[in-house]
Formats: sequence, structure tokens, C-alpha cells
Amino acid sequence: MSVRMIADKTVKIVLFTSAIISIIVVLAIGFFIFRESIEAWTKLGVGEILFGAVWRPGQDQYGILAMIIGSVSVTFGAILLGVPLALGCAIFLAEIAPAGVQAVVRPAVQLLAGIPSVVYGLFGMVILVPLVRNLNVPGNSGYGLLAASIVLAVMILPTIASIAEDAIRAVPENYRHGSLALGATKWQTITKVVLPAGKSGILAGVILGVGRALGETMAMIMVIGNSVIMPKPLSGNPLTYYLSQARTLTGNIAVEINYATGVHESALFATGVVLFGLIMIVNASARWIIRGQKFVEKANEEQVC
Amino acid sequence: MNDTKLETINYSLYYGKFRALKDISIKIPENKVTALIGPSGCGKSTFLRSFNRMNDLITGVRTEGRVLIDGEDIFKIDPVALRQNVGMVFQKPNPFPKSIFDNVAYGPRVTGLNDRQKLEEIVERSLRSAALWDEVKDNLGKSGLDLSGGQQQRLCIARALAVEPTVILMDEPAASLDPIATLKIEDLIHELSANYTIVIVTHNMQQAGRVSDFTAFIYTDETRTGQLVEFDKTKTIFTNPRDQRTEDYITGRFG
Repeated sequence: MSVRMIADKTVKIVLFTSAIISIIVVLAIGFFIFRESIEAWTKLGVGEILFGAVWRPGQDQYGILAMIIGSVSVTFGAILLGVPLALGCAIFLAEIAPAGVQAVVRPAVQLLAGIPSVVYGLFGMVILVPLVRNLNVPGNSGYGLLAASIVLAVMILPTIASIAEDAIRAVPENYRHGSLALGATKWQTITKVVLPAGKSGILAGVILGVGRALGETMAMIMVIGNSVIMPKPLSGNPLTYYLSQARTLTGNIAVEINYATGVHESALFATGVVLFGLIMIVNASARWIIRGQKFVEKANEEQVC
Repeated sequence: MNDTKLETINYSLYYGKFRALKDISIKIPENKVTALIGPSGCGKSTFLRSFNRMNDLITGVRTEGRVLIDGEDIFKIDPVALRQNVGMVFQKPNPFPKSIFDNVAYGPRVTGLNDRQKLEEIVERSLRSAALWDEVKDNLGKSGLDLSGGQQQRLCIARALAVEPTVILMDEPAASLDPIATLKIEDLIHELSANYTIVIVTHNMQQAGRVSDFTAFIYTDETRTGQLVEFDKTKTIFTNPRDQRTEDYITGRFG
């Protein structure tokens, strides 16, 4: 065998090994978390953990439903606030801003990604929480889903904005020209041609944002209040739901793991398994949405004919 | 002589400091096919895009002189309205990643038409005019991108027709097509010329000869600035050009 062939083979093996190692790491983490959680699943029962509304380690009650709802609610709030903002940023940067403005705005948005999570938490505690506290609703402490959603919306902004911008830029220029040449306005071109053409990339950005939001820990601990209660509206107005305190799955683990032992510790690992599962569901549903959309389009088209 | 549809008067165009077109004055007749020919880089595509103000999209472009449509200054018309009247077909077919139906219905829809029945009428009429109806009528829901290159280009022509323009600009519409698809496009151009003013940029002399009634020869020297050398009936340009440069180009001595 020549030297070149040996080198070629070696490179192949090295690359293959790196790929394998990353898979092994994921599987090992998954396996480890699951193994540690087995005690909780068997002693308490899957239903009791997933659907139990009460988390009271002192009395061996380990229902994490409130935390699941907390995580989902704050993520939903962050998406609701963050996606329009991020999409607006992406459209502005990709389609509207002149080069000079881009050169200022883009690094500024990217800078948001570099701010440590704990600093976001600090900002939330010192600025947002007092602001939210001004809302005159009985039981409103300022800490809770609203403040957490706002913080989280800003945190996921750079992720979604930069992926969406790339997706928008990847839309071929001749689609834009085709649309403009037909007498469409710039805005019609963006909404009717560019965004639909880039939608799978944009959706991918949103999903990464959801993943980031579900996994965020430190900033959430600092602003969401961490009460282990089922979030519910503070008054007759359903919007006050978001003034309720809550706890996220991530926060649950981080706050209690230091002193937990036995079933309690195992229940925290079970929380981790659920978090893992949630993120997998998010990714799978995203794929399903993309495929579903294609299916719907096809069905509509067939009606036309 | 025919009525003038499009006219430029001492029209010049600059990219920044660079002068791409110089003092072009031309009268393009209504409901005829006018071919713009000339060597690569002479500015004939830039000139074509002047008629629907697509050059506006390029930063740093500046123009002098006048461009008229039906005697009206196009720079005083809203570009969106202008482009509904002056359709364009591009060199590379560029159907949207949408169904055939939605591609053709796009133009009418952006002008606010949502009536399903009317849209269906327009789509059928436009596809028939573009000689594509029989090939796609059972598959209107299929993506425009699933068609062959020639079909895609005819879809783009149908899409332009759906807006009911009076002028169609074509920028080397057959450059990326095989000979049979090219012939179909040429036949189509011929048919459309009964009702539309067509301006077509082409590199292909035979094509200019086959499809056009009038031919404009745009030429450039080392300055890279395009100038109109000669404009006349296609027959005259090809058989009895006045300018030596036109003759040299037509007979293939350069370019």
C-alpha cells in the first residue's frame, strides 16, 4: 500500500471514530440519566410522576406535572414574544437594511447570544420583575411566567433570527425578481414568495429556539419564582395566568440536586428524562409539521383540478 | 409605420461612475417583436430592464434621458403599476416553488383578486395563451418546479400574461433550453405578437431573424458603454445593414 492510500485510510478511520464517539456520548448520557431514574419510575409509577400535581419531597410525593406545565408555558410565552421579534429582525437584516445598518444591527443581535445566562437572570430580577410587579393584580409578586417569558424571548432571539436570516438569504434572487416583475410590492414579495420559500429553514430556527428555551436553567431560576405550584390565573382575567409563579423542569433539577438523596434524587433524574423526551417530541413534531404542510398543499392542489 | 409603444430619448444609464448605456433613442412599435442584439456585455439586458424599471433594484444606478410608454414618462409611474403593464420573462426559468395554478394566479392575486372562479378563468386563459394548458391541465396542483425547463419557461410566460400586460420583455428566454423547447418558445412569441408588444434580448442571430419584426443592434467598444448602432426592420438589418459594425456582427466576424 502506498503512503497516500495509508494516509487516506487513516483520515477515514479518524473521522469515522469522531462520528461514532459523538453518538456514543449521546447514548451514554441518555442511558445514564435513564438508569438513575429507574428507581423513581418503579417505586412511584410513571403516571404518578408525569401526572402527579404535587411535588413534596418531604412526603415522598414527586409529581412533576406542575413543572412540565411551567416549562411548556414559559416556552410558549417566549415563542409568542420572541418569534415575531426574531422574524422581524431576520427580514429586516436580509431584505431591507442597507449594508451599513446591517453592519451595526447584526453584531448587536449576535451579541445577545454571547451574554451569559446568569446576566440575563440578573437583568430580569433587577429590571423586569419590578416592572411586572407594577401590574396591579392581587398575588402578583413580579416573579413568574411573564418575566421569565420576556427574558427567554430575548435569549432565543439571536438563535432564531440568525437561522431565519440565513434561510431568507438562501431564497434564490430570481424568485424576488420574478415576483417584483409581476407587479408585486416588496412587502408582498417578502410575505408571499420569500418567506414561504424559506419556511422550512425558518421553522428549523424556531425549533432550535424552542429547544434552547426548554433547556434554559439559570435565568429561569432567577425570575420565575420557583414555587412548586400549578400555574393558574391570579384573577378572573385568564391573562393573569402569566403573572403566576412557576418552576421549570430544568430549575427543579438545579435547585434540588445538591441535597437530594435516594428516591428524591432519582425523581430529579426522571425530571431529566422527561426534559429529554420533551425536546425529542419537539423535534419530531417539527418534522411532522413540515411534512404535514406539504401534505395539506398537495390536498388543496388536488381540489383545484 | 406602426404606433410607437415604447420610446427612449437620449437615454443613458450609469452604474455609479461607469456609463453602461449612452444616448439611446429608439421607438419600439406596438404589437411587434423587437429583438435587441449585440455582443456580450453591451448592455442590451440592462437596456431591456429599463422598460420595467428593474434596474431600480440595483443600488448606484442612475439614468439620464427619458423612457416613455404610450407617451408617458415611466419614471413618473409607480413601478408596481408599471410592472403590471410591462411583464418580464427571465433568462433562467424562475417559477415560484408553488403549484402551477398558484404560479399563474400570483400576479392577479397580488393585485387583490381573490375570486376563485375568476382566478380559474385567468389561469386557464393564460396557460392556453402560453401553449401549456394541454400539457398541465390535469396537474395544476403539481409544483411548477416539477416541469421540464421548456415547460417552466412557458409557465413563466403564462404567469406574466395573467397580469394582462401590454408589453412583454424577454431576456434571452430560450438561452437555457434545448432546441425543441426553444422552437416552442419561438412559435409562442410569434403568436403573442398579435396582441402584445414584445422586446426580446437574444444572443442567437438565427433566433432574432426567426422571431422578430424589428431589430436593434447595440454595440460597445473598449469603453464597455453600450450604444445603439442601428435599428430597423429585421429584414433590412439582416440583408442590408447601413453600418459596417452591424454587418460585421451579423456575419459573425466578431462578438
